[in-house]
Amino acid sequence: MTGIEAVRKVFHKAREARRPALIFYWPVGYPDLEASVRIVAALAQAGADLIELGLPFSDPLADGPVIQRATQRALERGVRTPDVLEAVVRLRAIGVALPLCLMTYVNPIIAWGVPRFLEEAAQAGVDGLIVPDLPLEEAEELRAAADAIGLAWAPLAAPTTPDERLARIAATATGFLYLVSVTGITGARDRLPPDGILQLRRARRAACGVPVAIGFGISRPEHVRELAFEADGLIIGSALIQHGEACGFDEEALSAFVRALREAVPGSPA
Amino acid sequence: MIRLISPPIQERPGYFGPYGGRYVPETLIPALEELEAAFREAVNDLGFLREFEDLLRTYVGRPTPLTEARRLGEAVGARIFLKREDLAHTGAHKINNALGQALLAKRLGKRRVVAETGAGQHGVATATACALLGLECVIYMGTADMARQRPNVFRMRLLGAEVRPVDAGSQTLKDAINEAIRDWVTNVRTTHYLLGSALGPHPYPLIVRTFQSVIGVEARAQMLEQFGRLPDVAVACVGGGSNAIGLFAAFLEDPVELIGVEAGGEGISSGRHATRFVDGDRGRLGVLHGTRTYVLQDPWGQILDTHSISAGLDYPAVGPEHAWLRDRKRVHYTAVTDAEALAAFQSLARLEGILPALESAHAVAEAMRLASARPGAWILVNLSGRGDKDLETVAKALGEAPFSV
Repeated sequence: MTGIEAVRKVFHKAREARRPALIFYWPVGYPDLEASVRIVAALAQAGADLIELGLPFSDPLADGPVIQRATQRALERGVRTPDVLEAVVRLRAIGVALPLCLMTYVNPIIAWGVPRFLEEAAQAGVDGLIVPDLPLEEAEELRAAADAIGLAWAPLAAPTTPDERLARIAATATGFLYLVSVTGITGARDRLPPDGILQLRRARRAACGVPVAIGFGISRPEHVRELAFEADGLIIGSALIQHGEACGFDEEALSAFVRALREAVPGSPA
Repeated sequence: MIRLISPPIQERPGYFGPYGGRYVPETLIPALEELEAAFREAVNDLGFLREFEDLLRTYVGRPTPLTEARRLGEAVGARIFLKREDLAHTGAHKINNALGQALLAKRLGKRRVVAETGAGQHGVATATACALLGLECVIYMGTADMARQRPNVFRMRLLGAEVRPVDAGSQTLKDAINEAIRDWVTNVRTTHYLLGSALGPHPYPLIVRTFQSVIGVEARAQMLEQFGRLPDVAVACVGGGSNAIGLFAAFLEDPVELIGVEAGGEGISSGRHATRFVDGDRGRLGVLHGTRTYVLQDPWGQILDTHSISAGLDYPAVGPEHAWLRDRKRVHYTAVTDAEALAAFQSLARLEGILPALESAHAVAEAMRLASARPGAWILVNLSGRGDKDLETVAKALGEAPFSV
């Protein structure tokens, strides 16, 4: 099964079960390489549908303070592209089967060489890519190359994106459309933006059937309940990291966090 | 009427050859499109150009003079001409672009401006333009830069700007730009990002080039008027590259050799420098701050920390047009070390009574080196700023006891 198929299957299954897919972000190498592998395995076990693995970049300009700090720490520990790919190999070796998408910025990909990066990523067991600094006009080369090798492409759209453009972005998605819930950077928010649901409805209309996952700010079970009937996927990043930091990166506590969100989804078995 | 060099026609819009583009989060794309439309409209609008010209003349003090540095020229055996951007209001060329973009912000109906600053000159220029035009102003500045440019921090605050310290990464210009972009992503509907150098996502490199081209247009006319001919060589320092592109833009079609000077820091082999072109190992094609260009990075694409005695040149990427001019061999890029810049700073002070900014001292040092290789050459140097802001750094480098300003 290619990465594209694996990612599609996740959204297909979630749709059949009439619930959103739960997507979690974790930066590889945080708090260290070993621990991050264990944490991701635990998230998978606890009921995540898809995991975004952060490949750290020194200048993450779409990220808020929580992810900045975490990825900076990974870089200080010497975590680089080969270590991230190695972590994916190990995750697959210990039986982690859910789709894994790499989230990184374009420079580490260019530096490694686009074809080499994609080949090594696919070989390691990566299923897809999310690159927040590649808007529609700049993405075509990477997207086409990813497509050719079977890696899913999840482009981003924002509240400032006009409908017509949103439709064109969605048309390039081979995984899902990543809808940014707020004009802003990543980070947990107490309250979701008041127009979040309207944004979701607008995006899903424009996306013509492409699954829409919403991220940036989702942190609590009530957010999940609020968006459950509107989104194809919910992405949780900074809130998970903060939770990890608060519990000393205890895998059991992180699993409980995932389960709590999972249980907040209406209709899923408690 | 003011003369500016029109933006070049780009084969692929937003690109200089393979460099440039718009590598930013999707959230910003509509704002960049809106900015480009407003800019193209403005530079063809006589009303806008008149207002800009009026401010440059009656507020900035343009045209800035062209001064022959006679004693320096005699000492090194060449004729050296200084384009005196140090005499522009706020003490550097940065005010040209800051005023132009602040006028654009008003045109866009945006009442809030954010900007980054390294040496503090762009921050001061932006704070000044915002004070003049009644705009709210927030400046991001790395904490390391704040420590070495304290007078400028105070100046910005006096001008009514809020200076927000940036403690991330290397705590210099690069990190200040990250933070300014994050602010812009968050407040894009109400805020204009007043980028200070010829870099960043399209259309910034074009905007900054156009507003700064007033430097080259004036210098070229002044050379012809005062000395009856063009120089053999024109020299400017290159951090992001705004003063350099402003000077070069007017000479691209002339038989004038163009030289851009990068910050050699403690020497290329030391690894402590900011030369994106001269260090072929670490300066490689990449993407930083929205533009595809040469970037100092490790083999895995992580951006490297840079070093220069001058905060304004302490930056790991370079404006995309410079990368293209270098590929086409239209501009030659070289490097000057901290020590050489410091020596040139002292020479200009003693021989001409001018304290240059440490950034500009890099260009002076290159002119002095050129003179010894080519006796009798006519060399035009863009003296992009004055050195008052650097007194503390220079005192420290010369072993003077620290003092407070």
